[in-house]
Amino acid sequence: MNLECPLPQIDFDIITIGHGSGGLLTHKLLKAGVFNLFDNEILRQHHDGATLDLNGKTVFTTDSFVVSPLFFPGGNIGDLAINGTVNDLAMCGGIPNYISVAFILEEGLEMATFWKVLVSMKKAAENAGVRIVTGDTKVVERGKGDQIFINTTGIGSLHPKASIGLHRIKSGDKILLSAEMAHHGTTIMSLREGFQFEAEIKSDTCSLHEPVARLLDQFGSGIRLFRDPTRGGVATTLAEIAGDTQLGIDVYQEQLPQNDLINSACELLGLDPWYVANEGLFLSIVDSSMADQLLLNLKSHPLSRNAAVIGEVTDNHRGKVILHNAIGGKRVLGMLPGEQLPRIC
Amino acid sequence: MKYLNEYRDPELIHRYLKKLHQLVSRQWTIMEICGGQTHSLVKNGLLELLPEEIIMIHGPGCPVCVTPMGTIDKAIQLAHKENVTICSFGDMLRVPGSRGSLLEAKAKGADIRVYYSPLEAVDLARANPQKEVVFLAVGFETTTPANALSVLQAHQLGLSNYSVLTSQVRLPPAMEAILNDDRTSIQGFLGAGHVSVISGVEEYLPIATKYQVPIVMTGFEPVDILQGIFMVVEQLENGRYEVGNQYSRAVKSAGNREALRIVNKILEISDQDWRGIGMIPSSGYRLKQEYHQYDAEKKFALTVGSTESDKQCLAGEILRGIIKPMECPFFGTLCTPDKPMGAPMVSSEGACAAYYQFAKESHHES
Repeated sequence: MNLECPLPQIDFDIITIGHGSGGLLTHKLLKAGVFNLFDNEILRQHHDGATLDLNGKTVFTTDSFVVSPLFFPGGNIGDLAINGTVNDLAMCGGIPNYISVAFILEEGLEMATFWKVLVSMKKAAENAGVRIVTGDTKVVERGKGDQIFINTTGIGSLHPKASIGLHRIKSGDKILLSAEMAHHGTTIMSLREGFQFEAEIKSDTCSLHEPVARLLDQFGSGIRLFRDPTRGGVATTLAEIAGDTQLGIDVYQEQLPQNDLINSACELLGLDPWYVANEGLFLSIVDSSMADQLLLNLKSHPLSRNAAVIGEVTDNHRGKVILHNAIGGKRVLGMLPGEQLPRIC
Repeated sequence: MKYLNEYRDPELIHRYLKKLHQLVSRQWTIMEICGGQTHSLVKNGLLELLPEEIIMIHGPGCPVCVTPMGTIDKAIQLAHKENVTICSFGDMLRVPGSRGSLLEAKAKGADIRVYYSPLEAVDLARANPQKEVVFLAVGFETTTPANALSVLQAHQLGLSNYSVLTSQVRLPPAMEAILNDDRTSIQGFLGAGHVSVISGVEEYLPIATKYQVPIVMTGFEPVDILQGIFMVVEQLENGRYEVGNQYSRAVKSAGNREALRIVNKILEISDQDWRGIGMIPSSGYRLKQEYHQYDAEKKFALTVGSTESDKQCLAGEILRGIIKPMECPFFGTLCTPDKPMGAPMVSSEGACAAYYQFAKESHHES
């Protein structure tokens, strides 16, 4: 990867205040590095903003990334920032097209580190089929930031068959989860605590536009809702849905896609996987008559090959999520109180 | 994970439930001492699966819950001092003192750090000789050895910038205080598994005999808890009151001798204030005279923090098993994990937090 995109000659090996001045150093940084790396015809215009060609309904989202540490098994703040925004678009039924990238860099950041982040952003954008078309760079004094903060904004066209909204959820609908939960949060937490496991635990950060688009292609309005449960985990997302729709949700522990390694790591770290952040999975709430076919569709894509139907929507216990465990016990899954882990994404 | 899964095996759980249903002939009231056990009971939905004759009362075994408000006030007072870093277990940060929590103090700029172990705080003190590092040493017998060891380490390293603000509590005197309270009617105990890993089972023998209550040291997984309850009920049904050990894979009769040696070298037994319960004689530890230089209260001549108990919070009744969390008028309305009135709503081991997070008939019911 580095062979394809070697660190350009930018005169400095660290970021200085001048790189955010808007003056010569900013120009050099952009011209020698960023523009070439992210190159496309819109960016090539070197304008203050991007002129886009949008047809029909458009999906629009923004997100900021402050993860610490910057690099972790499975990814880094760069691909996380692209994937996160691509996924937010995809969850709305959007086909991701354009992304803006704004950096807040801390004075003293090593240029090589910045470059590594940029390269993985390029790769993630290519992988998701989005173009980085505009952006911004600011530099704050040392101690006033933490190396790199990134804001990404995304624009996509709404999939022609998408009809997604909380108001479409009905009692009897099925709930599908595309992969095993808790990879991302567990990875970051193990890293911070210095735990090492026999096998590597990796963040699940990835762009989910592809499996989502395939579902929309085949099932269209049979899909009521997509959600990617990032911070707060699957439990918090489900609790939000139950609260907003005032419908009940039943989920079944035994039906969850399982990963023993993640489960063990969560036990050690004292984390409840239901509340741990994810960056590479999504929930679908779908018309029950299509659930079986939909599951087959999900399982035929590598990012969702472990998908499962994990529960259903009900008229009972309105506004609440009830988890049924293997022994016949039940518990309420509420929203995550407070913050489980700060700076997870 | 295989090891853990065995203790969550649905088939085994149902076998124990069936045996319990067959065994029980009348109503029995049993207290699980430890907050971890309360959480397991509620989280796994075991309370609903138990025979209705078995009444589980949730005990005071939540270290964060019983740490006096005054200790938190002192920690906050210290945290605001120039050049002082307060190190704490994460759970303590959201517990309300009389004026705010450590988390609020942190947001206002105090240097407060979360550690899993006090030895990390010793490392911090060693690496930053210009800083005063204070560890908020709270907890039951489980955390006492590590807290004591941190003082011993600091002493051996000759560190003059490390100290501890202690609120170390001991379970057996608290169990006696609960048994002596006329408002409770506990007939048997699930003893706290992790506490007895350190302290062993022997000190419970006189309590079982004096109050004629079976005490069974019990683990935290569903199979552990059901087996523990079974062992208590079996004694009750047969009129016996012995100290049993369900958690024998971790608990040895004499406890952890090396840990106890360190505790006894550094600390001595003292009276201790329990938040919500009050002063219980001989229920805590303080630093021995020769280690007073590591006592943050003495070192910084702290003015006394609030000695008031929480004004309306019914934590004391809950910690003694007199009422259940949901019987509190503030539960889920004025008191939630985001805006707790008392500690049991904050801690990951607090009974109120367990009910708020997991219980079926909880806050969302309208």
